[in-house]
Amino acid sequence: MAHKNAQPSRKDLESIAEKVLQFSDADETEVDVGSGTDALTRFANNTIHQNVAEHTLGISVRAVVEGRTARATTNKTDDESLRRTVAAAMTLARNQPKNPDLLPLIGKQKYQKVSRFFSSTAGTTPEDRARAVTRVCKMANKAKQTAAGIFASGESRSVMANSRGLVAHYEQTRAEFSVTILEPNSSGWAKANSPDIRKLDPEELAENAARTAAISREPREIPAGRYTTILSPAAVLDLVGFLFYDFAATSVLDKRSCLTGRLGKKVFGDNITIWDDAYHPLQSGPPHDGEGVPRQRVLLVDKGVPKNLVYSRATAKKMKAKPTGHGFSLPNEYGEAPMNLVFAGGNKTSEEMIKTTERGILVTRLWYIREVDAYEKILTGMTRDGTFLIENGKVTGGVRNFRFNESVIEMLAKVDMMGIPVRAAGEESFEMVVPPMKVRDFHFSEVTKF
Amino acid sequence: MRDLANLAIETAKRRGASYADVRVMDIRHRDISTKNGEVGTLAESESLGLGIRVIAGGAWGFSSTDRLTNEGVQACAAEAVAIAKASALAKRENVSLAPEKTHVDTWQNPFLKDPFRIPVETQIGLLLAADKEMRRVKGVTVAEGSMSFRRIEQLFVSSTGSSIHQVKMQSGAGIVATSFAGTEIQKRSYPNSFGGQHMLQGYELIESLDLAGNAGRIAEECVALHSAAQCPEGQQTVILGSSQLGLQIHESIGHPIELDRVLGMEANFAGMSFLTTEKLRKLKYGSDIVNVVADARLEHGPGLGTFGYDDEGVSAQCTPIITDGLFTGYLSSRETAASIGEKRSGGTVRCESWNRLPMIRMTNISIHPGTWKYDDLIADTDDAILMETNRSWSIDDKRYHFQFSTEIGWEIKGGKQGRMIKNPSYSGITTEFWNSCDAICSRDYWTLWGTPNCGKGQPQQVMGTGHGAAPARFRNIKVGVAFAK
Repeated sequence: MAHKNAQPSRKDLESIAEKVLQFSDADETEVDVGSGTDALTRFANNTIHQNVAEHTLGISVRAVVEGRTARATTNKTDDESLRRTVAAAMTLARNQPKNPDLLPLIGKQKYQKVSRFFSSTAGTTPEDRARAVTRVCKMANKAKQTAAGIFASGESRSVMANSRGLVAHYEQTRAEFSVTILEPNSSGWAKANSPDIRKLDPEELAENAARTAAISREPREIPAGRYTTILSPAAVLDLVGFLFYDFAATSVLDKRSCLTGRLGKKVFGDNITIWDDAYHPLQSGPPHDGEGVPRQRVLLVDKGVPKNLVYSRATAKKMKAKPTGHGFSLPNEYGEAPMNLVFAGGNKTSEEMIKTTERGILVTRLWYIREVDAYEKILTGMTRDGTFLIENGKVTGGVRNFRFNESVIEMLAKVDMMGIPVRAAGEESFEMVVPPMKVRDFHFSEVTKF
Repeated sequence: MRDLANLAIETAKRRGASYADVRVMDIRHRDISTKNGEVGTLAESESLGLGIRVIAGGAWGFSSTDRLTNEGVQACAAEAVAIAKASALAKRENVSLAPEKTHVDTWQNPFLKDPFRIPVETQIGLLLAADKEMRRVKGVTVAEGSMSFRRIEQLFVSSTGSSIHQVKMQSGAGIVATSFAGTEIQKRSYPNSFGGQHMLQGYELIESLDLAGNAGRIAEECVALHSAAQCPEGQQTVILGSSQLGLQIHESIGHPIELDRVLGMEANFAGMSFLTTEKLRKLKYGSDIVNVVADARLEHGPGLGTFGYDDEGVSAQCTPIITDGLFTGYLSSRETAASIGEKRSGGTVRCESWNRLPMIRMTNISIHPGTWKYDDLIADTDDAILMETNRSWSIDDKRYHFQFSTEIGWEIKGGKQGRMIKNPSYSGITTEFWNSCDAICSRDYWTLWGTPNCGKGQPQQVMGTGHGAAPARFRNIKVGVAFAK
């Protein structure tokens, strides 16, 4: 179905940005214009219960006045609203103390091209999503199981421009399918996302989730303790996702990074190497940061040693380093963060990991992870939707879900095996490229009732 | 805007919708933060748009737009109907709604001072004054403060004739001191962690908090935590401060009573609930002194869950959730109430913005005050740990097993508050925990806390919820597991 609220073109966004720059008499002005269309079909109890679409446009103006800066945002595109938004940013900027760390805006930049817009995704209709969901629900019905999940698709486009001549464009599409298959006392889950909807196979994901639910029926309760644990890529993602801000130079400067005093020292195992790489084929996101600085590929951890941090322009100046293109939109107090983590990983299959485990736990999904200790990076959370006991190299059945309290720093020092990194999708972190891991002595502290 | 809302309804009906409701929302934000003597975030935003929800072919559809022209609104309504018809491809039965009267009304929460009219330099000045007090204390490595204000004006119009105009003004602020020493990062917040206190009030709330007056105290506590004793491991009596009890209510009562979770609608993301429908009016949720309500009415207080009408046009209500320890009620919508045979929705449906589908959200989920004076409660306690201000929270996807930790604790020995305890944590099973409650402080110690950041749904929506709580005592609770080796 063609919708008349079509996406504004790149030219439409540029024309709004140009107007804002014309309307502003601030010392310097930066404008971000972004538009998006997102649609999501949600199902539960083997039926669609929610089906939504949204069309949005946002104009965000940052004004610099006499060494001070502030931001105002609107979704109204008429000239009067744009002028009012510029004026609001300028008024906010004026009424604050001078910022000694504020740098002049940057000029025109060259960006490495990334191709993350797929017409196959942008052209997805509600009927397309409904048909896929219907097939999944029928599969579940046939197997006397219950399916719940989402099928989402969307596109976005943005233009960043400033009064020093910088213009940065970005467009991307996104698609996501997530499914939970429920049985009376067990469940299974699978999730994937990609800019290209053709890379998603809802039925295959549903089959995986259904298999997980089926083999975890009648879960046994086994005692809490330290177990060799095989973590799915999604589980790894949701744990290591808590580390990303620790690599922000501002976080180290503020002494709230777990890397304070640990940079350059052997902290993780030899087999842990982590990059931030916005250009990796499995990554997504723009090739520039919130100030328009081109993103650089940064080696964060080299064979277990945290080597480098990421820097915004202001933090780089304070720490006598070079900006890496990881700054957030200004003004903000957090500085920067790596947003495109890629683990080097290994080459073991899940089967090899299981086969070599005498007694251990296999985890499908983790849930409600929170930081218990900021410096030792102890995280707590629960297992969910398919937790299994491994005995003598074989999965022998489902077990009741565990609570864990585990230091991620310690965990990454006791990884025995890793698989090939994949673009993982979880719930606690944005997507990263991470491998499945086999970890020694993972600390499960308590057991729940199911 | 009323004309556009009516146009959306008419278009949907013409395209085949059997029911439609529209929310036009005009949302204004101001966010300010400071860190170590400098302004961090300083931003304002506004967002105006329209969302339409329809039933067509017996199934739901929703679309939203910020293109507020006749053409844009008609296209949006047509898309909502088309989406509903696509949903009908996978329906099992027609959507059915519990009846609700037609309401034509206006409602606004009372407030004394419009925060958007207070000069921003005054607001920054207040945060920087607190910042300065925190940094006076040696050992504080980061001093932070934040304020946020929301004005939400909304018009609800339905195909059954309701037309409700509401304005909600929300304010919030808080400060945090962080200290790094040796191999430890400690933190103290005031008046609560994760953004402070938030209410449906004006700037008078911010002035009443006295951030600068409390800044030195929390900074000193933060630094002192480094040399405090570690929370022991074992079974103990625990006394929870009121803000921590508020979060305990949120996680272990507020979420499990959401009827959409119970019925499986959130199974893929937020999870389900142990409170299956056969437990209603049968399960002993807590001890006899535990009484909890879901109250959206203004007379409960200006909480983040207070309103005149919810976002499907149902008037604000008070639902008894736990009565003398017995589980007595769910949070419901028109659809979920009908599905379990209730005569009316509990009026708990809200949406984050015009571009989000309304769904069941906590209103003000509050425990009734007990009878204890705080000093008497401490004097009556022989051996316990008092835990205050949440640091981390986690609970399983059916809301049975939880683990919380707080920023600070104190030993209670022989009826007296003793030495400071660091890294306090406790864990348990929801119903066992609430059944172990043997004392709740009185109305004098009861605060209606605001949780501004509750996430739920796909796409995820962030909503403010209210939780009235007073310090309370729980027996035989597992403590210290979070740091067990």
